[in-house]
Amino acid sequence: MPDVFMPRLSDTMTEGAIAQWLKSEGDTVQRGDVLAEIETDKAVMDLEAYEGGILEKILVQPGENVAIGAAIAVIGDGSGSSGGSTDAAPAGPAPAEAAPAESDETAGQAAPAAPAAEEEDAAVAAPAEAAPPAEAAAGDGDEAAKAAAPAREPGEKIKATPLVRSLARTHDIDLATVTGTGPGGRIVRADIEQLIGSGSPKAAAPAAPAPAAPAASASASASAASGAPVGTVQPDDEVVPMSQIRKVTARRLTEAALVPVFQLTTVLDASRLTELRRDVNTRLAESGVKISVNDLIVRAVAVALAAHPEVNASFGGDAILRHKHVNVGVAVALEDGLVVPVVKDADRKSVSAIGAEVKDLAARARAGRLKIDEMSGGTFSVSNLGMYGIDTFTAVINPPEAAILAVGATADEAVVVDGEVQIRPRTRLTLTVDHRVLDGATAAAFLRDLTDLLAEPLRILV
Amino acid sequence: MAENEDKTAASAPEITYRQALHDALREEMVRDENVILLGEEIGIFEGSYKITAGLLDEFGPERVRDTPIAEEGFTGAAIGAAMLGMRPVVEIMTINFSLIAIDQIVNHAAKIYGMFGGQTSVPMVIRTPGGGGQQLAATHSQNLEVWYAHIPGLKVLAPSTPADAKAMLTAAIRDDDPVLLLENLSLYNTKGPVPAGEQVAEFGRAKVTVPGSDITVVGYSRSAVIAADVARRLAPQGISVEVVDLCSLRPLDRVTVCRSVRKTGKAVILEDDWLTYGIGAEIAATIGEGAFDYLDAPVRRVAAAEIPLPYAKSLEKIALPDADALIRVINEQLDATRFAR
Repeated sequence: MPDVFMPRLSDTMTEGAIAQWLKSEGDTVQRGDVLAEIETDKAVMDLEAYEGGILEKILVQPGENVAIGAAIAVIGDGSGSSGGSTDAAPAGPAPAEAAPAESDETAGQAAPAAPAAEEEDAAVAAPAEAAPPAEAAAGDGDEAAKAAAPAREPGEKIKATPLVRSLARTHDIDLATVTGTGPGGRIVRADIEQLIGSGSPKAAAPAAPAPAAPAASASASASAASGAPVGTVQPDDEVVPMSQIRKVTARRLTEAALVPVFQLTTVLDASRLTELRRDVNTRLAESGVKISVNDLIVRAVAVALAAHPEVNASFGGDAILRHKHVNVGVAVALEDGLVVPVVKDADRKSVSAIGAEVKDLAARARAGRLKIDEMSGGTFSVSNLGMYGIDTFTAVINPPEAAILAVGATADEAVVVDGEVQIRPRTRLTLTVDHRVLDGATAAAFLRDLTDLLAEPLRILV
Repeated sequence: MAENEDKTAASAPEITYRQALHDALREEMVRDENVILLGEEIGIFEGSYKITAGLLDEFGPERVRDTPIAEEGFTGAAIGAAMLGMRPVVEIMTINFSLIAIDQIVNHAAKIYGMFGGQTSVPMVIRTPGGGGQQLAATHSQNLEVWYAHIPGLKVLAPSTPADAKAMLTAAIRDDDPVLLLENLSLYNTKGPVPAGEQVAEFGRAKVTVPGSDITVVGYSRSAVIAADVARRLAPQGISVEVVDLCSLRPLDRVTVCRSVRKTGKAVILEDDWLTYGIGAEIAATIGEGAFDYLDAPVRRVAAAEIPLPYAKSLEKIALPDADALIRVINEQLDATRFAR
């Protein structure tokens, strides 16, 4: 069974893209070696080899999406005879592929009388470089885009220096669209200088995506998931292909729209909360520990959930699932989507520990480096748009969780306290609730206790 | 830091590498009466390379011992003396002759502290020059330092300048472990500023001797001198070479090497030993492990031809790595990364 298939790396994954191959055709691989990075619907994950051998063929190039179970590479004994290529992805291997592998092999075994020179020769001798098939780089049937694409044979691998690969990841550059001018067509830093300098991502790459064809197929798959109307491309429209993360965000939100929900909004007197935060940060300034209002809210939510197991629950079809662990998801906005990394057992973690964890999770979320298990298992979610000055909003429920809390900005307001008008910092909290799991009174009791905790926040520190 | 060094250097007197080693020996012998010297022809003849000139007269035959031509014997004697509290400095006339004593060095000096449960350390120094280019033919021109740099339990220092020679020999004598100080025949007459007063080098610390931004050249001992010279020659052409002088082959300062390559993205190692399994292989692997994502070209090595070194001057010259070979490979590296000159 020498074919390597697109694995299912998360519950919600239906297709995956190769972010990059870490092994090249002709490489010897051991069981457990990381072959490639796979961009799933939520993260970039390593794909390990289940079997050792020679990586004979790469069937799916970086950037291409294929369904779970599609063959993406062939591992064999190096003879090229392995692999049932019947499930090979449409962008099949070119006939000449064995050649580069063979020449690599030879270079590896050559006795180095003058090794340095030989190494270079081998590199130069190896036929040109890698590149996905033209259709991956450009749109179907778009001759202009094809002409702009680098001259690589279909199925050829991309040769690029480690520095270039690293920069390409950072700057989101698709190397398939870059022409290498180094030895043997190797992409060197100078070749991507402009792309880095302008800071422009894929869109600015030489082979601009051709509008119509890919857009049509992308929207077709999105509409299949949603059933909602889909726009048609007008001549002036800029067509922005959806990333995996954007696609899954869209699908999940569409699913969420099917959940019958209601919202409850309350106003929190945040005087004590903001004082507490200020005090803690002043006292701990030297230690470098810094907590945010959101960290305190996550902690308070966790404490309140521990006291309200009926809210720490999920819709389970014909049952309601009450969860033993309190795992609070924190919505993190990405440039191109939304992820909800989860602080596990938040009721058993200190505010500073939660703060550090959220900071780390958010940073890695933005880098696309979250692990699947860090984004799953949530029992409740918190979404905070206070930093954008939004004073009240309703969050879309994150199924199958029973509820989500939307946190607005804290602002000074004139309020009547004991018959006098006073200025108090206030925050609006809105709970969106799955009505199949919870009723209004239950949810209101939870929100009241949460608000009480935040009004007297010393209680969440113990 | 480099600037500070330059300032110190500017005010320091220029002396030869040979004199710097001599001064270190003499100052340490004055400072500590346990420092003794052993070796062939180091007393009456004042040393084959005159490092020990005048020391027999000043310190007497008890502390400056002329030995028989028996490296295994006097190295072993020094190990014994060191175990009993002396601080012997052994001169082995060239590193080629250390092969007679290699069992003493590798199986005794390097092992005693660990194998006897730390009951005694072996505070001895082996000073020995390597290097070819003197028409001394194949058996007297080798660069075998990697054999010793491979051995845990030994420390191996390789100074390239008079100042480093003095500071490293001083550090070696004061260290409680066996230290091999690699000298080089072609460096003995080189001159450089040596700051007055006591200077003690740090083990395991490489130096950026020429700062630069376009490409890193790693060297040690003679090759670090050549690399610095090449850096100065290429500067007017707009090529900014950064030179890392390893200084200490064991412990090895991997951090400084990787830091430089992370900045320049390109590396060439210049080594006097043979390429296969040489120092450069270790440095290249270090760069692969510590700076992989910063490399814009494969690491290159410039080393001696893989042959026993010929005696004939013309053949010897082309077999040894030199500035021209280094410049050629630097240019190949720059071309490979489309460096704009």
